[in-house]
Amino acid sequence: MIPSAFDYTAPSTVDEAVRALADAGEDAKVIAGGQSLIPVLRMRLAAPTKLIDLGRIGELRGIREDGDTLVIGAMTTHHDVQRDPQVAEHALLLKVATDTVADPQVRHRGTLGGAVAHADPAGDLLAPVLALDAELVLHGLDGRRTVAARDFFVDYFTTALRPDELLVEVRVPRHTGWSAHYEKFSRVAQAWSIVAVAATVRAEGGTIAEARVALTNMSSVPVRAHAVEQALVGQPATAEAIKAAAQHAAEGTSPSTDSNADTAYRQHLARVLTSRALTAAVGA
Amino acid sequence: MRITVTVDGTTYTDEVEPRQLLVHYLRETIGKVGTVIGCDTSNCGACTVHLDGQSVKSCSVLAVQVDGSEITTVEGLARDGRLHPVQQAFHDNHALQCGFCTPGMIMQSIDLLAENPDPDENAVRHGLEGNLCRCTGYQNIVRAVRDAAHKMRPGAGPDAERVEHSPSHAVGGE
Ligand SMILES: Cc1cc2nc3c(=O)[nH]c(=O)nc-3n(C[C@H](O)[C@H](O)[C@H](O)COP(=O)(O)OP(=O)(O)OC[C@H]3O[C@@H](n4cnc5c(N)ncnc54)[C@H](O)[C@@H]3O)c2cc1C
Ligand code: FES
Ligand code: FES
Repeated sequence: MIPSAFDYTAPSTVDEAVRALADAGEDAKVIAGGQSLIPVLRMRLAAPTKLIDLGRIGELRGIREDGDTLVIGAMTTHHDVQRDPQVAEHALLLKVATDTVADPQVRHRGTLGGAVAHADPAGDLLAPVLALDAELVLHGLDGRRTVAARDFFVDYFTTALRPDELLVEVRVPRHTGWSAHYEKFSRVAQAWSIVAVAATVRAEGGTIAEARVALTNMSSVPVRAHAVEQALVGQPATAEAIKAAAQHAAEGTSPSTDSNADTAYRQHLARVLTSRALTAAVGA
Repeated sequence: MRITVTVDGTTYTDEVEPRQLLVHYLRETIGKVGTVIGCDTSNCGACTVHLDGQSVKSCSVLAVQVDGSEITTVEGLARDGRLHPVQQAFHDNHALQCGFCTPGMIMQSIDLLAENPDPDENAVRHGLEGNLCRCTGYQNIVRAVRDAAHKMRPGAGPDAERVEHSPSHAVGGE
């Protein structure tokens, strides 16, 4: 289908984009890679009067290190995240999760910022961003502010972004030397996660020193499995210890029932996939 | 809005509506009907083209977004009446039945081989996961891509067109 008509502008700086967004009013929409938005427009599930394209803003693309933080521009594509050596070294969890997103064509266009701003509860990059304690930098008419990932995701497709704000950077504290795995459960290739688990671990000798675990699609927002993380600290990096800790994965969750899975099955998946993700991460 | 875009080596300047999808621009405005539309949900990959050297689903890009860019479609692959090695391999390995997925399969296969010149079966299946085929069961598509890889050594991508043509062997019989 063909989208309904809209005006289009492609500013070349963040300041121009923020101004254009404010001037265009509440029916305007930002377009990043378009890989979530264009399908929505084609099905006429949304009909913005104006699109503000971030695709020509060079300052929003690219990855750099800033002290102990990896700074990823919002318009950095999934493809570039997958291949960036700094991401592999300091935020391996983000790389391995990005490897599972969609297909090569979508990864050439889709962006980290777009995925995070879209905040689809089944999206695969929210849990890694949460697990890595990332911060999101938002830029509006009044300047910049920084929001922690745990405060950024508010509800289904709803974030802390105000109507005049753009997501400009994802700031990830370096997790250098942490192993990682993203375990995704979906029925067929190229399908969204029914449940998935993001896990990253720092081991010392054969012992787990620190662990971060977050769950995809177990709530309207990504969820940290703190009980699992705590149960792992000081444990040997063995399959038995991991299996025991993973039993806590669904604690405190009440995932919804839909045509793919009901609440109890999602909770079961969370435990099983947490065990698999951690086992793969530590190589046990 | 006015856009200028180079498609298969020819530069076009056209007035387009912001809502026009790239695939509709290619098919309806400049007549490149080799690129087809197979779905409404960005899933099938039949519309795959190369945008500045990277594969994209042209149904999921706006024509206005490609202003100033270079596009290659399946129509731009053959050289001097000779098929591109990947096209030839699809022919040789009987990698199509109705052929509707083929333009997208070929464009994505070229992208895959540019990144990984010698993919194993698993890598081919992963590389083509954004392309659906309702007919072949994929077996011969995988064979064709690996056959093309062998014939195109040391690599594909933009250099592929310069590779020696090898005579086709009999179709079928696998
Ligand atoms: C066939 C297919 C399969 C897919 N499979 C998966 C999958 O398995 N896992 C997965 O996680 N994702 C999947 N996706 C989605 C994909 O990851 C998208 O790239 C991503 O969700 C959105 O990124 P984008 O850059 O394309 O954003 P867009 O589509 O351009 O934008 C999405 C939304 O975010 C807003 N937005 C974008 N950028 C900003 C910004 N910087 N500031 C403020 N607001 C912004 C837009 O206004 C829009 O509302 C799939 C998509 C397709 C088409
Ligand atoms: S027509 Fe583009 S993905 Fe199906
Ligand atoms: S050959 Fe018919 S869809 Fe692939």
